Amino acid sequence: MGRISFDDVGRVFGPSNKGVVALQDINLGVEDREFVAIVGPSGCGKTTCLRLVAGFDFPSSGTVSVDGKTVRSPGPERAVVFQQFALFPWKTVYDNIEIGLRNQGVAREQRRERIGAILDLMGLQSYAESFPHQLSGGMQQRVAIARAYVLDPDVLLMDEPFGALDAQTRVVMQEELVRLARKNPRTVLFITHAVEEAVYLADRVAIMTRAPGRIKEIMDVASVRKAENWDSYERIEEVMDLESFVHMRTHIWRSLREEKAAQPAE
Amino acid sequence: MPRSLSPGQSALLGLIGFAAFIGFWYGLTAAGIMTRQFLPPPWEVLERFVHLLNTRFAGATLLQHLAASFERFAYGFILAAVIGIPLGLLMGWYRLLDQIVTPIFDGLRFIAPIAWVPFAALWFGTGIGGPIMIIFAGAFPPCLINAYRGAKFVEPRLIEAAQMLGTPGRRVVSEVLLPASVPSIISGLRVSAGLGWQSLVGAELIVASAGVGYLMVQGQANMSTETVMSGMIAIGIVGLLLDMALRATERAILRRRGLET
Repeated sequence: MGRISFDDVGRVFGPSNKGVVALQDINLGVEDREFVAIVGPSGCGKTTCLRLVAGFDFPSSGTVSVDGKTVRSPGPERAVVFQQFALFPWKTVYDNIEIGLRNQGVAREQRRERIGAILDLMGLQSYAESFPHQLSGGMQQRVAIARAYVLDPDVLLMDEPFGALDAQTRVVMQEELVRLARKNPRTVLFITHAVEEAVYLADRVAIMTRAPGRIKEIMDVASVRKAENWDSYERIEEVMDLESFVHMRTHIWRSLREEKAAQPAE
Repeated sequence: MPRSLSPGQSALLGLIGFAAFIGFWYGLTAAGIMTRQFLPPPWEVLERFVHLLNTRFAGATLLQHLAASFERFAYGFILAAVIGIPLGLLMGWYRLLDQIVTPIFDGLRFIAPIAWVPFAALWFGTGIGGPIMIIFAGAFPPCLINAYRGAKFVEPRLIEAAQMLGTPGRRVVSEVLLPASVPSIISGLRVSAGLGWQSLVGAELIVASAGVGYLMVQGQANMSTETVMSGMIAIGIVGLLLDMALRATERAILRRRGLET
Protein backbone atom coordinates (compact mmCIF):
# COMPACT_ATOMS: atom_id res chain seq x y z
CA MET A 1 0.00 0.00 0.00
CA GLY A 2 1.32 3.43 -0.87
CA ARG A 3 1.16 4.02 -4.59
CA ILE A 4 1.48 7.72 -5.47
CA SER A 5 0.17 8.99 -8.77
CA PHE A 6 0.43 12.43 -10.40
CA ASP A 7 -1.92 12.71 -13.39
CA ASP A 8 -1.54 15.77 -15.65
CA VAL A 9 -0.90 17.90 -12.58
CA GLY A 10 -0.58 21.66 -12.91
CA ARG A 11 -0.27 24.28 -10.21
CA VAL A 12 -0.67 28.01 -10.76
CA PHE A 13 -0.10 30.45 -7.92
CA GLY A 14 -2.09 33.66 -7.93
CA PRO A 15 -4.96 34.65 -10.26
CA SER A 16 -5.51 32.00 -12.93
CA ASN A 17 -5.07 34.33 -15.93
CA LYS A 18 -1.81 36.00 -14.89
CA GLY A 19 -0.56 33.79 -12.06
CA VAL A 20 2.84 32.13 -11.79
CA VAL A 21 2.89 28.64 -13.27
CA ALA A 22 4.79 26.49 -10.78
CA LEU A 23 4.04 23.03 -12.18
CA GLN A 24 2.93 21.91 -15.62
CA ASP A 25 1.98 18.50 -17.03
CA ILE A 26 3.41 16.49 -14.18
CA ASN A 27 2.90 12.77 -14.72
CA LEU A 28 4.66 10.51 -12.29
CA GLY A 29 3.84 7.22 -10.61
CA VAL A 30 5.64 5.98 -7.53
CA GLU A 31 5.17 2.27 -6.91
CA ASP A 32 4.56 0.71 -3.54
CA ARG A 33 7.81 0.67 -1.53
CA GLU A 34 9.67 2.48 -4.22
CA PHE A 35 12.09 5.26 -3.33
CA VAL A 36 11.82 8.14 -5.79
CA ALA A 37 13.91 11.29 -5.55
CA ILE A 38 13.02 14.51 -7.34
CA VAL A 39 15.94 16.80 -8.22
CA GLY A 40 15.80 20.12 -9.95
CA PRO A 41 17.08 23.69 -9.94
CA SER A 42 15.87 25.80 -7.01
CA GLY A 43 12.43 27.27 -7.49
CA CYS A 44 11.42 24.56 -9.97
CA GLY A 45 8.46 23.43 -7.90
CA LYS A 46 9.84 20.20 -6.47
CA THR A 47 8.70 21.07 -2.96
CA THR A 48 5.26 21.92 -4.35
CA CYS A 49 5.05 18.35 -5.71
CA LEU A 50 5.61 17.00 -2.22
CA ARG A 51 3.11 19.39 -0.66
CA LEU A 52 0.45 18.20 -3.10
CA VAL A 53 0.92 14.61 -1.92
CA ALA A 54 0.98 15.72 1.72
CA GLY A 55 -2.34 17.52 1.26
CA PHE A 56 -0.92 20.92 2.30
CA ASP A 57 -1.60 22.29 -1.17
CA PHE A 58 -3.84 21.31 -4.07
CA PRO A 59 -3.35 21.14 -7.84
CA SER A 60 -4.94 23.76 -10.10
CA SER A 61 -5.50 21.05 -12.71
CA GLY A 62 -5.13 17.27 -12.82
CA THR A 63 -5.15 15.00 -9.78
CA VAL A 64 -2.76 13.70 -7.17
CA SER A 65 -3.81 10.41 -5.65
CA VAL A 66 -2.47 7.83 -3.23
CA ASP A 67 -3.72 4.27 -3.69
CA GLY A 68 -6.33 5.55 -6.11
CA LYS A 69 -7.81 8.08 -3.68
CA THR A 70 -7.49 11.76 -4.52
CA VAL A 71 -5.57 13.64 -1.81
CA ARG A 72 -7.89 16.09 -0.01
CA SER A 73 -6.22 16.75 3.34
CA PRO A 74 -3.07 15.94 5.32
CA GLY A 75 -3.03 12.62 7.16
CA PRO A 76 -0.79 10.26 9.12
CA GLU A 77 -0.72 7.66 6.32
CA ARG A 78 1.37 10.23 4.42
CA ALA A 79 3.98 11.27 6.98
CA VAL A 80 6.19 14.27 6.24
CA VAL A 81 9.77 15.02 7.28
CA PHE A 82 10.45 18.74 6.90
CA GLN A 83 13.74 20.41 6.08
CA GLN A 84 13.56 22.56 9.21
CA PHE A 85 12.46 19.56 11.31
CA ALA A 86 9.25 21.27 12.56
CA LEU A 87 9.45 19.63 15.97
CA PHE A 88 7.26 21.09 18.71
CA PRO A 89 9.74 23.04 20.85
CA TRP A 90 7.58 22.79 24.00
CA LYS A 91 7.44 19.00 23.90
CA THR A 92 10.14 16.50 24.80
CA VAL A 93 11.49 14.09 22.20
CA TYR A 94 9.21 11.39 23.59
CA ASP A 95 6.13 13.61 23.51
CA ASN A 96 6.92 14.79 19.98
CA ILE A 97 6.94 11.20 18.78
CA GLU A 98 3.86 10.31 20.80
CA ILE A 99 1.39 12.87 19.37
CA GLY A 100 0.65 11.00 16.15
CA LEU A 101 0.07 7.71 17.97
CA ARG A 102 -2.20 9.38 20.49
CA ASN A 103 -4.24 10.93 17.67
CA GLN A 104 -4.65 7.44 16.23
CA GLY A 105 -6.02 6.22 19.55
CA VAL A 106 -3.18 3.79 20.26
CA ALA A 107 -3.29 2.63 23.88
CA ARG A 108 -0.70 3.98 26.31
CA GLU A 109 1.16 0.68 26.77
CA GLN A 110 1.45 0.12 23.04
CA ARG A 111 2.56 3.69 22.53
CA ARG A 112 5.37 3.21 25.01
CA GLU A 113 6.45 0.02 23.25
CA ARG A 114 6.43 1.49 19.77
CA ILE A 115 8.16 4.71 20.80
CA GLY A 116 10.79 2.70 22.68
CA ALA A 117 11.44 0.61 19.57
CA ILE A 118 11.78 3.62 17.27
CA LEU A 119 14.03 5.45 19.75
CA ASP A 120 16.31 2.39 19.77
CA LEU A 121 16.28 2.17 16.00
CA MET A 122 17.24 5.83 15.60
CA GLY A 123 19.82 5.84 18.38
CA LEU A 124 17.81 8.26 20.50
CA GLN A 125 17.32 6.14 23.66
CA SER A 126 19.08 8.55 25.99
CA TYR A 127 17.33 11.64 24.59
CA ALA A 128 13.70 10.72 25.27
CA GLU A 129 13.29 13.44 27.90
CA SER A 130 15.34 16.11 26.10
CA PHE A 131 13.79 19.12 24.45
CA PRO A 132 14.48 19.69 20.74
CA HIS A 133 16.60 22.80 21.32
CA GLN A 134 18.99 20.76 23.44
CA LEU A 135 19.82 18.53 20.47
CA SER A 136 22.06 19.05 17.44
CA GLY A 137 20.48 19.47 13.99
CA GLY A 138 21.26 15.86 13.08
CA MET A 139 19.64 14.56 16.25
CA GLN A 140 16.60 16.77 15.74
CA GLN A 141 16.15 15.36 12.25
CA ARG A 142 16.40 11.84 13.67
CA VAL A 143 13.53 12.74 15.97
CA ALA A 144 11.52 14.07 13.03
CA ILE A 145 12.16 10.85 11.09
CA ALA A 146 11.22 8.79 14.15
CA ARG A 147 8.02 10.84 14.54
CA ALA A 148 7.09 10.00 10.93
CA TYR A 149 8.20 6.35 10.96
CA VAL A 150 6.47 5.46 14.20
CA LEU A 151 3.11 6.06 12.50
CA ASP A 152 3.84 3.16 10.17
CA PRO A 153 2.87 5.36 7.20
CA ASP A 154 2.10 4.07 3.70
CA VAL A 155 4.08 6.94 2.25
CA LEU A 156 7.02 8.89 3.61
CA LEU A 157 7.46 12.40 2.20
CA MET A 158 10.87 13.96 2.76
CA ASP A 159 11.44 17.59 1.81
CA GLU A 160 15.20 18.17 1.62
CA PRO A 161 15.46 16.50 5.01
CA PHE A 162 19.24 16.79 5.20
CA GLY A 163 19.49 20.24 3.61
CA ALA A 164 19.97 22.00 6.94
CA LEU A 165 22.71 19.64 8.18
CA ASP A 166 26.48 19.95 7.92
CA ALA A 167 28.27 17.72 5.38
CA GLN A 168 29.45 15.06 7.83
CA THR A 169 26.15 14.70 9.64
CA ARG A 170 24.48 14.55 6.26
CA VAL A 171 26.51 11.50 5.19
CA VAL A 172 25.73 9.72 8.46
CA MET A 173 22.03 10.42 8.04
CA GLN A 174 22.07 9.21 4.43
CA GLU A 175 23.61 5.91 5.49
CA GLU A 176 21.09 5.62 8.31
CA LEU A 177 18.21 6.23 5.95
CA VAL A 178 19.40 3.47 3.64
CA ARG A 179 19.66 1.15 6.64
CA LEU A 180 16.16 2.13 7.75
CA ALA A 181 14.74 1.75 4.25
CA ARG A 182 16.14 -1.78 3.99
CA LYS A 183 14.86 -2.81 7.37
CA ASN A 184 11.43 -1.31 6.97
CA PRO A 185 10.76 -0.37 3.35
CA ARG A 186 8.21 2.36 2.60
CA THR A 187 7.12 4.30 -0.41
CA VAL A 188 9.33 7.37 -0.27
CA LEU A 189 9.14 10.64 -2.17
CA PHE A 190 12.37 12.47 -1.51
CA ILE A 191 13.02 16.07 -2.56
CA THR A 192 16.61 17.25 -2.85
CA HIS A 193 18.90 19.45 -4.88
CA ALA A 194 21.91 17.24 -4.06
CA VAL A 195 22.45 14.93 -7.01
CA GLU A 196 24.73 12.44 -5.24
CA GLU A 197 22.26 12.08 -2.42
CA ALA A 198 19.50 11.31 -4.90
CA VAL A 199 21.55 8.69 -6.76
CA TYR A 200 22.75 7.09 -3.55
CA LEU A 201 19.29 6.81 -1.98
CA ALA A 202 16.73 6.44 -4.73
CA ASP A 203 15.43 3.67 -6.95
CA ARG A 204 14.49 6.27 -9.54
CA VAL A 205 15.47 9.91 -9.89
CA ALA A 206 13.09 12.37 -11.55
CA ILE A 207 14.80 15.44 -13.00
CA MET A 208 12.72 18.60 -13.21
CA THR A 209 13.06 21.58 -15.52
CA ARG A 210 13.34 25.11 -14.25
CA ALA A 211 10.02 26.94 -13.69
CA PRO A 212 7.44 26.22 -14.91
CA GLY A 213 8.38 22.86 -13.47
CA ARG A 214 8.02 19.81 -15.67
CA ILE A 215 9.52 16.37 -15.43
CA LYS A 216 12.30 16.24 -17.96
CA GLU A 217 13.69 12.79 -17.46
CA ILE A 218 13.38 9.85 -15.11
CA MET A 219 16.54 7.83 -14.39
CA ASP A 220 16.34 4.23 -13.33
CA VAL A 221 18.97 3.84 -10.61
CA ALA A 222 17.65 0.61 -9.12
CA SER A 223 18.61 -1.60 -12.08
CA VAL A 224 22.15 -0.17 -12.11
CA ARG A 225 22.39 -0.58 -8.35
CA LYS A 226 21.41 -4.21 -8.65
CA ALA A 227 23.62 -4.95 -11.68
CA GLU A 228 26.67 -3.30 -10.12
CA ASN A 229 25.89 -4.60 -6.65
CA TRP A 230 26.07 -1.23 -4.83
CA ASP A 231 24.42 -2.69 -1.78
CA SER A 232 27.44 -4.85 -1.04
CA TYR A 233 29.33 -1.72 0.05
CA GLU A 234 28.99 -0.51 3.58
CA ARG A 235 30.04 3.09 3.14
CA ILE A 236 28.74 5.87 1.02
CA GLU A 237 32.16 6.97 -0.29
CA GLU A 238 32.85 3.47 -1.64
CA VAL A 239 29.66 3.54 -3.65
CA MET A 240 30.40 7.05 -4.83
CA ASP A 241 33.75 5.89 -6.26
CA LEU A 242 32.16 3.25 -8.50
CA GLU A 243 32.23 3.98 -12.18
CA SER A 244 28.54 3.23 -12.56
CA PHE A 245 27.72 5.74 -9.81
CA VAL A 246 29.93 8.44 -11.30
CA HIS A 247 28.39 7.84 -14.70
CA MET A 248 24.85 8.20 -13.36
CA ARG A 249 25.71 11.28 -11.34
CA THR A 250 27.42 12.98 -14.27
CA HIS A 251 24.47 12.34 -16.51
CA ILE A 252 22.10 14.02 -14.05
CA TRP A 253 24.50 16.89 -13.49
CA ARG A 254 24.68 17.53 -17.19
CA SER A 255 20.93 17.43 -17.50
CA LEU A 256 20.55 19.97 -14.67
CA ARG A 257 23.28 22.16 -16.09
CA GLU A 258 21.40 22.47 -19.36
CA GLU A 259 18.55 23.83 -17.27
CA LYS A 260 20.79 26.40 -15.64
CA ALA A 261 22.16 27.45 -19.04
CA ALA A 262 18.65 27.85 -20.38
CA GLN A 263 17.96 30.34 -17.63
CA PRO A 264 17.98 33.96 -18.84
CA ALA A 265 20.89 36.03 -17.50
CA GLU A 266 20.03 37.94 -14.34
CA MET B 1 25.51 49.39 19.50
CA PRO B 2 27.98 50.38 22.20
CA ARG B 3 29.35 47.59 24.37
CA SER B 4 26.81 46.26 26.84
CA LEU B 5 26.90 47.35 30.48
CA SER B 6 27.48 45.07 33.44
CA PRO B 7 24.55 44.66 35.86
CA GLY B 8 26.42 46.81 38.39
CA GLN B 9 26.89 49.62 35.89
CA SER B 10 23.26 49.67 34.80
CA ALA B 11 22.11 49.61 38.45
CA LEU B 12 24.40 52.58 39.10
CA LEU B 13 22.97 54.50 36.15
CA GLY B 14 19.45 53.75 37.39
CA LEU B 15 20.39 55.12 40.81
CA ILE B 16 21.85 58.26 39.25
CA GLY B 17 18.58 58.91 37.42
CA PHE B 18 16.59 58.32 40.58
CA ALA B 19 18.84 60.61 42.65
CA ALA B 20 18.59 63.33 40.01
CA PHE B 21 14.80 63.11 40.14
CA ILE B 22 14.74 63.43 43.95
CA GLY B 23 17.29 66.25 43.76
CA PHE B 24 15.18 68.17 41.23
CA TRP B 25 12.10 67.67 43.39
CA TYR B 26 14.01 68.86 46.50
CA GLY B 27 15.38 71.84 44.57
CA LEU B 28 11.90 72.97 43.54
CA THR B 29 10.65 72.89 47.13
CA ALA B 30 13.81 74.30 48.79
CA ALA B 31 14.06 77.21 46.38
CA GLY B 32 10.46 78.08 47.21
CA ILE B 33 9.37 77.79 43.58
CA MET B 34 6.59 75.47 44.68
CA THR B 35 4.69 76.02 47.90
CA ARG B 36 4.27 73.20 50.40
CA GLN B 37 0.59 72.88 49.50
CA PHE B 38 1.40 72.26 45.86
CA LEU B 39 4.50 70.13 46.23
CA PRO B 40 5.72 68.97 49.65
CA PRO B 41 9.44 68.15 49.98
CA PRO B 42 10.52 64.51 49.55
CA TRP B 43 11.13 63.65 53.20
CA GLU B 44 7.67 64.87 54.27
CA VAL B 45 6.08 62.60 51.71
CA LEU B 46 8.26 59.71 52.87
CA GLU B 47 7.34 60.41 56.47
CA ARG B 48 3.66 60.45 55.59
CA PHE B 49 4.06 57.24 53.60
CA VAL B 50 5.64 55.39 56.53
CA HIS B 51 3.05 56.85 58.88
CA LEU B 52 0.16 55.70 56.69
CA LEU B 53 1.54 52.16 56.53
CA ASN B 54 0.42 51.52 60.11
CA THR B 55 -2.09 54.27 60.78
CA ARG B 56 -5.64 54.40 59.61
CA PHE B 57 -6.63 57.06 57.12
CA ALA B 58 -9.99 57.01 55.36
CA GLY B 59 -10.92 53.96 57.37
CA ALA B 60 -7.88 51.75 56.82
CA THR B 61 -4.08 51.63 56.80
CA LEU B 62 -2.25 52.03 53.52
CA LEU B 63 -1.53 48.30 53.45
CA GLN B 64 -5.21 47.50 53.89
CA HIS B 65 -6.10 49.94 51.13
CA LEU B 66 -3.52 48.26 48.92
CA ALA B 67 -4.95 44.84 49.71
CA ALA B 68 -8.44 46.00 48.76
CA SER B 69 -7.11 47.49 45.52
CA PHE B 70 -5.14 44.41 44.68
CA GLU B 71 -8.16 42.18 45.11
CA ARG B 72 -10.17 44.26 42.63
CA PHE B 73 -7.24 44.33 40.28
CA ALA B 74 -6.78 40.55 40.47
CA TYR B 75 -10.42 39.87 39.60
CA GLY B 76 -10.40 42.29 36.66
CA PHE B 77 -7.07 41.04 35.38
CA ILE B 78 -7.95 37.35 35.66
CA LEU B 79 -11.29 37.95 33.98
CA ALA B 80 -9.52 39.76 31.13
CA ALA B 81 -7.03 36.89 30.71
CA VAL B 82 -9.67 34.15 30.94
CA ILE B 83 -11.81 35.77 28.23
CA GLY B 84 -9.13 37.51 26.15
CA ILE B 85 -6.65 34.67 25.64
CA PRO B 86 -9.05 31.98 24.36
CA LEU B 87 -10.92 34.52 22.23
CA GLY B 88 -7.67 35.79 20.72
CA LEU B 89 -6.48 32.27 19.90
CA LEU B 90 -9.80 31.31 18.33
CA MET B 91 -9.81 34.51 16.28
CA GLY B 92 -6.33 33.62 15.07
CA TRP B 93 -7.60 30.24 13.85
CA TYR B 94 -11.18 30.80 12.66
CA ARG B 95 -11.21 33.56 10.05
CA LEU B 96 -14.98 34.01 10.33
CA LEU B 97 -14.75 34.82 14.05
CA ASP B 98 -11.83 37.16 13.33
CA GLN B 99 -13.88 39.10 10.82
CA ILE B 100 -16.86 39.37 13.13
CA VAL B 101 -14.98 40.45 16.26
CA THR B 102 -12.12 42.58 14.93
CA PRO B 103 -14.11 45.66 13.75
CA ILE B 104 -16.08 46.00 16.96
CA PHE B 105 -12.98 45.33 19.07
CA ASP B 106 -10.91 47.87 17.14
CA GLY B 107 -13.63 50.45 17.69
CA LEU B 108 -13.97 49.84 21.41
CA ARG B 109 -10.35 49.49 22.43
CA PHE B 110 -9.50 53.15 21.91
CA ILE B 111 -11.98 54.20 24.58
CA ALA B 112 -9.93 54.87 27.71
CA PRO B 113 -10.90 52.67 30.68
CA ILE B 114 -11.77 55.77 32.71
CA ALA B 115 -14.44 56.70 30.14
CA TRP B 116 -16.35 53.62 31.28
CA VAL B 117 -16.61 54.90 34.86
CA PRO B 118 -20.21 56.21 34.63
CA PHE B 119 -21.46 53.03 32.95
CA ALA B 120 -19.52 50.79 35.28
CA ALA B 121 -21.14 52.46 38.27
CA LEU B 122 -24.55 52.27 36.63
CA TRP B 123 -24.38 48.67 35.46
CA PHE B 124 -22.29 46.94 38.11
CA GLY B 125 -22.53 49.26 41.09
CA THR B 126 -19.84 50.84 43.21
CA GLY B 127 -19.09 47.71 45.22
CA ILE B 128 -16.78 45.28 43.51
CA GLY B 129 -18.50 44.99 40.11
CA GLY B 130 -17.95 48.51 38.78
CA PRO B 131 -14.22 48.77 39.51
CA ILE B 132 -13.65 45.28 38.12
CA MET B 133 -15.26 46.30 34.87
CA ILE B 134 -12.97 49.32 34.55
CA ILE B 135 -9.85 47.29 35.27
CA PHE B 136 -11.11 44.69 32.81
CA ALA B 137 -11.51 47.43 30.17
CA GLY B 138 -7.85 48.36 30.67
CA ALA B 139 -6.45 44.84 30.87
CA PHE B 140 -8.48 43.09 28.17
CA PRO B 141 -7.08 44.49 24.88
CA PRO B 142 -3.44 43.38 25.31
CA CYS B 143 -4.58 39.88 26.36
CA LEU B 144 -6.66 39.49 23.23
CA ILE B 145 -4.24 41.17 20.83
CA ASN B 146 -1.20 39.19 21.93
CA ALA B 147 -2.99 35.84 21.91
CA TYR B 148 -4.30 36.70 18.44
CA ARG B 149 -0.91 37.75 17.11
CA GLY B 150 0.71 34.71 18.70
CA ALA B 151 -1.77 32.44 16.95
CA LYS B 152 -1.47 34.27 13.63
CA PHE B 153 2.31 34.11 13.52
CA VAL B 154 2.80 30.50 14.54
CA GLU B 155 5.30 28.92 12.18
CA PRO B 156 3.10 27.37 9.43
CA ARG B 157 5.32 24.27 9.44
CA LEU B 158 4.22 23.48 12.99
CA ILE B 159 0.56 23.61 12.02
CA GLU B 160 1.27 21.43 8.99
CA ALA B 161 3.21 19.00 11.16
CA ALA B 162 0.28 18.75 13.57
CA GLN B 163 -2.18 18.16 10.72
CA MET B 164 0.08 15.57 9.18
CA LEU B 165 0.12 13.80 12.55
CA GLY B 166 -3.66 13.59 12.43
CA THR B 167 -4.53 16.36 14.90
CA PRO B 168 -8.15 17.50 14.41
CA GLY B 169 -8.78 21.24 13.82
CA ARG B 170 -10.05 22.30 17.23
CA ARG B 171 -7.21 20.46 18.96
CA VAL B 172 -4.70 22.33 16.79
CA VAL B 173 -5.82 25.42 18.74
CA SER B 174 -5.11 23.92 22.16
CA GLU B 175 -2.10 21.80 21.25
CA VAL B 176 -0.23 24.01 18.79
CA LEU B 177 -1.54 27.59 18.76
CA LEU B 178 -1.72 27.92 22.54
CA PRO B 179 1.73 26.56 23.45
CA ALA B 180 3.36 28.24 20.45
CA SER B 181 1.81 31.57 21.51
CA VAL B 182 2.88 31.36 25.15
CA PRO B 183 5.80 33.81 24.79
CA SER B 184 3.54 36.34 23.07
CA ILE B 185 0.72 35.75 25.57
CA ILE B 186 3.04 36.28 28.53
CA SER B 187 4.31 39.58 27.19
CA GLY B 188 0.68 40.53 26.58
CA LEU B 189 -0.11 39.70 30.20
CA ARG B 190 2.71 41.99 31.30
CA VAL B 191 1.30 44.91 29.34
CA SER B 192 -2.19 43.95 30.46
CA ALA B 193 -1.24 43.90 34.15
CA GLY B 194 0.35 47.31 33.76
CA LEU B 195 -2.68 48.85 32.08
CA GLY B 196 -5.07 47.17 34.50
CA TRP B 197 -3.14 48.45 37.49
CA GLN B 198 -3.02 51.93 35.93
CA SER B 199 -6.80 51.91 35.52
CA LEU B 200 -7.13 51.27 39.23
CA VAL B 201 -7.27 54.88 40.41
CA GLY B 202 -9.97 55.61 37.86
CA ALA B 203 -11.82 52.52 38.97
CA GLU B 204 -11.66 53.57 42.58
CA LEU B 205 -13.02 57.05 41.96
CA ILE B 206 -16.41 55.41 42.27
CA VAL B 207 -15.84 53.22 45.30
CA ALA B 208 -16.92 54.41 48.70
CA SER B 209 -15.09 52.10 51.05
CA ALA B 210 -11.38 51.31 50.60
CA GLY B 211 -8.57 51.17 48.09
CA VAL B 212 -5.53 53.25 47.18
CA GLY B 213 -7.58 55.33 44.74
CA TYR B 214 -10.15 55.99 47.47
CA LEU B 215 -7.35 56.96 49.85
CA MET B 216 -6.05 59.45 47.30
CA VAL B 217 -9.48 60.95 46.70
CA GLN B 218 -9.92 61.36 50.46
CA GLY B 219 -6.42 62.88 50.72
CA GLN B 220 -7.33 65.39 48.05
CA ALA B 221 -10.56 66.25 49.88
CA ASN B 222 -8.51 66.91 53.03
CA MET B 223 -5.99 69.04 51.13
CA SER B 224 -3.31 66.54 52.16
CA THR B 225 -0.93 66.52 49.22
CA GLU B 226 1.44 64.16 51.10
CA THR B 227 -1.33 61.56 51.31
CA VAL B 228 -2.07 61.78 47.59
CA MET B 229 1.62 61.39 46.82
CA SER B 230 1.96 58.46 49.23
CA GLY B 231 -0.79 56.74 47.26
CA MET B 232 1.06 57.43 44.03
CA ILE B 233 4.25 55.93 45.46
CA ALA B 234 2.38 52.83 46.66
CA ILE B 235 0.85 52.34 43.20
CA GLY B 236 4.27 52.75 41.61
CA ILE B 237 5.94 50.22 43.90
CA VAL B 238 3.24 47.57 43.50
CA GLY B 239 3.19 48.09 39.73
CA LEU B 240 6.94 47.64 39.60
CA LEU B 241 6.81 44.44 41.67
CA LEU B 242 4.04 43.09 39.47
CA ASP B 243 6.04 43.76 36.35
CA MET B 244 9.16 42.18 37.83
CA ALA B 245 7.25 39.03 38.74
CA LEU B 246 5.78 38.68 35.24
CA ARG B 247 9.12 39.46 33.63
CA ALA B 248 10.77 36.69 35.64
CA THR B 249 8.02 34.28 34.56
CA GLU B 250 8.52 35.31 30.94
CA ARG B 251 12.25 34.74 31.13
CA ALA B 252 11.81 31.31 32.77
CA ILE B 253 9.45 30.21 30.00
CA LEU B 254 11.68 31.47 27.21
CA ARG B 255 14.69 29.74 28.75
CA ARG B 256 12.76 26.48 28.92
CA ARG B 257 12.08 26.85 25.19
CA GLY B 258 15.75 27.50 24.50
CA LEU B 259 15.06 31.07 23.37
CA GLU B 260 17.48 33.67 24.68
CA THR B 261 16.14 36.90 26.07
